[in-house]
Amino acid sequence: MEYQNMELLRFTTAGSVDDGKSTLIGRLLYDSKSIFEDQLEQVKATTEKRGEEGVNLALLTDGLKAEREQGITIDVAYRYFSTPKRKFIIADTPGHIQYTRNMVTGASTANAALILIDARNGIVEQTRRHAFIASLLQIPHLIICINKMDLVDYNEEVYERIKEEFSAFSFKLDVNDVQFIPISALLGDNVVDKSQNMDWYEGPTLLYYLENVHIGSDHNFIDCRLPIQFVTRPNTDDFHDYRGYSGRIAGGIFKKGDKVILLPSGFTTTITKIDTYDGELEEAYPPMSVTMLLEEDFDLSRGDMIARVNNQPTVSQDLEVMVCWFHENPLRPSGKYTILHTTKEVRSVVKEIRYKLNINTLHRDQEDKEINMNDIARVVLRTTQPLFYDGYRKNRITGSIIFVDEHTNETVGAGMII
Amino acid sequence: MRYHLNHLKELESESIFVIREVAAQFENPVLMFSGGKDSILMTYLAVKAFYPAKLPFPLLHIDTGHNFPETIKFRDDLIKKIGARLIVGSVQAAIDKGMLREEKGFNASRNGLQTAVLLDELEKGKFDAALGGARRDEEKARAKERFFSHRDEFGQWDPKNQRPELWNLFNGKKQYGEHFRVFPISNWTELDVWQYLAMENVELPNLYFAHTRKVFNRDGIYLADTDYIMKRPHEDVLDLKVRCRTIGDMTCTGVWPSEAETIEDIIDEVASTRITERGGRADDKRSETAMEDRKKKGYF
Ligand SMILES: Nc1nc2c(ncn2[C@@H]2O[C@H](COP(=O)(O)OP(=O)(O)O)[C@@H](O)[C@H]2O)c(=O)[nH]1
Repeated sequence: MEYQNMELLRFTTAGSVDDGKSTLIGRLLYDSKSIFEDQLEQVKATTEKRGEEGVNLALLTDGLKAEREQGITIDVAYRYFSTPKRKFIIADTPGHIQYTRNMVTGASTANAALILIDARNGIVEQTRRHAFIASLLQIPHLIICINKMDLVDYNEEVYERIKEEFSAFSFKLDVNDVQFIPISALLGDNVVDKSQNMDWYEGPTLLYYLENVHIGSDHNFIDCRLPIQFVTRPNTDDFHDYRGYSGRIAGGIFKKGDKVILLPSGFTTTITKIDTYDGELEEAYPPMSVTMLLEEDFDLSRGDMIARVNNQPTVSQDLEVMVCWFHENPLRPSGKYTILHTTKEVRSVVKEIRYKLNINTLHRDQEDKEINMNDIARVVLRTTQPLFYDGYRKNRITGSIIFVDEHTNETVGAGMII
Repeated sequence: MRYHLNHLKELESESIFVIREVAAQFENPVLMFSGGKDSILMTYLAVKAFYPAKLPFPLLHIDTGHNFPETIKFRDDLIKKIGARLIVGSVQAAIDKGMLREEKGFNASRNGLQTAVLLDELEKGKFDAALGGARRDEEKARAKERFFSHRDEFGQWDPKNQRPELWNLFNGKKQYGEHFRVFPISNWTELDVWQYLAMENVELPNLYFAHTRKVFNRDGIYLADTDYIMKRPHEDVLDLKVRCRTIGDMTCTGVWPSEAETIEDIIDEVASTRITERGGRADDKRSETAMEDRKKKGYF
């Protein structure tokens, strides 16, 4: 079956209000035939009720009632469409300034970030902000869509100027793969079909790019890490002595027979079996969920990690973290927070706030250290027990943490380990 | 590419991870089983997640008393096969005891009553996490639903107060009395579900495949002819080859004229169909934000 060869690609969309994000997503869904008639009927009816003409594609991606009333998007919404080559998950994040946290949330699992720019306005503060977040969150591929080209006469110079302007500041960021595409979301130029109006553009259409961008190396296949979710012990006659360590591979390629080290104990042993419901595997790699059996029985439990003897994560109680703050109550200097990291939970104290980052200028502010909602800062943490971590740049799974408030249990911040 | 999962295996792995997180983070989870393909999928994924051990939590079925008989038989066979524990919450019993009042008239449905019985069962069982088979592509209000959806002590969902979810870090920490709904197949679309069920050869109720049945047309939707629905004089019963796209209460589950007899036929049909699954559910037609309103009250 053809569908058994499809891949999954996750991407975020960001843009300032009115750059045409909803229209673009609506068009991708519509042109890939992911819109159903009854959904279209609803949108037509709503368009009419609002006294507008035709079908407002932007309404397809509108979310909850309150937002519809306010006419704005206020949270991350997930959309789905597919082509014969790939299934796509869009994390659609709102454009306005105060919602950095939503952008960070959407970006955390994305393979690609799609940033919209209104050709008439060029690069604005929001563009810089989005690009910075994409680089901070280490999204492997960046797609810059220069939209509303129809309103600037499909002029190549406008496109080139914006491209140069973008490159002038993005070189300071940690982004490797950037693709610029001139489009009209409203009229469809270069979205699915190649534009008849921009012969000067020789690059891919947006959909072609999304279908073909190489994502095979977006996972870490080098540093073997298995954070244990729980121990599988069937306690049945058939599986009397069975003791397996279940979890999702966070990095590297584990093979049967590999010598491995168990953290935190430091014991070494050998993988005797990589088990799944579908049978035994010779090797396991991200993002597989498996159960691993070891030669000797050790007292491993949730939060422990299996790694390779000659390639271990950092084991430490001290971490340097870039944090994005999510809560109305500011980050408390010397505050205590619960930290969730892989499958481990520990308590921590904020030892120091090194600086707050102005994400428009990238200026490091060492004076004003009040970290409010949507702020990004570099902090030093000390945990009650060692964590087994990698730098976020090396591994997005073993390099990320969230902050949980000890009293309300709310998720109040997200951190990338340096 | 050698080290690479197709989209279905990647979705599977994500769902298994989430189901395992539930078992690890909560003391007393339960899997809400409706009898439809989504909860069959979820059960299948849960079996995979804990293999070779048995499911560490029970299944909970809220029986409206108006189910297709095929649903109940399928449920009981499945339970036996996987050796799981089943809890049945009965809407009929709640009505008999006078706890609930039945809707009357032509469009009477027990869907609303289901929510009350569900909340009651969750409280009785002291369940702190209820796994549900909802997907984000089903309906607009669900596009923002989290994998771990926090409910207050009244079982209510507050769209403004949901926890951000990043990477694969799921925060299931809670105060006493609060609980979570967890949706492990959030990222699956209807087509993904069918493709996966085909790929894995998962057994399904016959209701999903085209069969001849007595039906009648109401407001453009075919409903199965049953004593549970009061027909209007002009609503004539006819024999039609149909199948269900969702399986729920007989009073509000539409059946569709279809020739799809195999899963591959269904995949072709779903890929070319232009009406959402929920388009066939009378309960969603009531208003554009019907789902959202019910959700706030604690519906799945
Ligand atoms: N002329 C033109 N108008 C566009 C284009 N894309 C979006 N628009 C219009 O710009 C306005 C804002 O678009 P919308 O998608 O709602 O923006 P959002 O706030 O970014 O989601 C709407 O009136 C759209 O019709 C485009 O490519 N060309």
